[in-house]
Amino acid sequence: MKKAFKLYIAATLAACSSAPVSERPVVSEAELFEVQAVLKRDFHARGSAALSRLEPDAVQQACNLHGDGPPEALAKALEAQQFAAIGFPAGSLIGDWKRGQRIAQSGRGLQWSDGPKDVAGGSCYNCHQLSPQEVSHGTLGPSLLGFGKLRGNSPEMQKYTYGRIYNSKAYNLCSQMPRLGHSGTLTEQQIKDLVAYLLDAESPVNK
Amino acid sequence: MNRFAVLVVVLALGVSRADAQDTKKEIEKYQKMIADSSPVELFELQGETLWKKRQGPSNVSLKRCDLGLGAGELKGAYALLPRHFKDADRVMDLETRLLHCMVTLQGRSREEATKRVFGNADTPSEIEYLSAYIAGESRGTPMAPGSAHPKEAAAYELGRKLFFYRAGPWDFSCASCHGEEGKRIRMQDLPILSTPAAARPVVATWPAYRVSNSEFKTMQWRINDCYRQMRMPEPNYASDLTVAITTYLSVTGRGEPYRGPGTKR
Repeated sequence: MKKAFKLYIAATLAACSSAPVSERPVVSEAELFEVQAVLKRDFHARGSAALSRLEPDAVQQACNLHGDGPPEALAKALEAQQFAAIGFPAGSLIGDWKRGQRIAQSGRGLQWSDGPKDVAGGSCYNCHQLSPQEVSHGTLGPSLLGFGKLRGNSPEMQKYTYGRIYNSKAYNLCSQMPRLGHSGTLTEQQIKDLVAYLLDAESPVNK
Repeated sequence: MNRFAVLVVVLALGVSRADAQDTKKEIEKYQKMIADSSPVELFELQGETLWKKRQGPSNVSLKRCDLGLGAGELKGAYALLPRHFKDADRVMDLETRLLHCMVTLQGRSREEATKRVFGNADTPSEIEYLSAYIAGESRGTPMAPGSAHPKEAAAYELGRKLFFYRAGPWDFSCASCHGEEGKRIRMQDLPILSTPAAARPVVATWPAYRVSNSEFKTMQWRINDCYRQMRMPEPNYASDLTVAITTYLSVTGRGEPYRGPGTKR
């Protein structure tokens, strides 16, 4: 069982790897500094989108410097840092799949066009296939059709799913997926609801 | 748009995955259909009127505006943009150059001229109308933006770096969505804009009319709205940053005769 789980994780990581994106340039720190100076000069704050969003963190810096392929030691160290900051809630991580479905459908949140009272979503369908009933799904990320049916809903699986949504960079440093918990986009409860959407046997994702 | 509503219904009903191929065919059929009934020509006509209209403190029209081929020379001018302009010593795209002419010829303030650059279905903006007219005057001319001048080369390089630069709370770059073959957001196909083959048809059809919301959209708007969806702050209109990205895309996708303004979903 344990072994099967590890194999599955390895397979998922391979499917989510960010590698074959057209010639992402490796740039020098000086070039990055130049780009960052241009951003600071040519952007202005609007709505909730403050200029502080232009400040790169260690993950972005590493991925930008190395064309999304940082040296393994650096990647592992930063992934561990990101993982340590997830703060997994105690107990079951499975919320309400029906609420999760609405969160997966919603593309709102953190845009300057979103009002302060708008509830953020996960934008999941923009990139992933989830329920077989929803044909309008993106393909930037892997299909998650039957996610829980294929993998079960063990505590390890719940933790992996929660963590992956909270901070995908904790598992694959230059993953293209947004860090939905880490960035403050989704709340702990919303992520639990998404975990339910992916793992609950009653969810259309697993039908 | 009724036809759009019909398509939405078609998509909503076409639920089974076995129908995916049919859905794609339906979308292609729909795209052909909307191109045949596009109101782009009306935008071009209104743009021509505005081009000739006396405006601003100087009470002159834009007819003496030099878009690169000499004052008032419009035939094929858009196809050579962005390019370096000696008088401003800056690389400029169409909108940046129009703004320059509004300020220098018509005596208008930058603030006034940029107060409402992105319009809506009811009231398109002046610069949208003008863009439609001027771009239309390049139909049939191969796209050949400037790339030889050192500042043009620098704009291309900066644009390339910006294209791949990941930033903001969602860690996105342009390449996050436009970097892999055959990808979609929802049902929308995403061209790999860093490759000539995919960039060419894009460069040859912008600016464009958008059927889904009945709005005419410019390239400055396109970049602005991508950054909005990337959860970034807002780029300054007609800034060196937005011009650099347009330069990178235009040079990457040069060579195809202009056949816009296009009609998009």
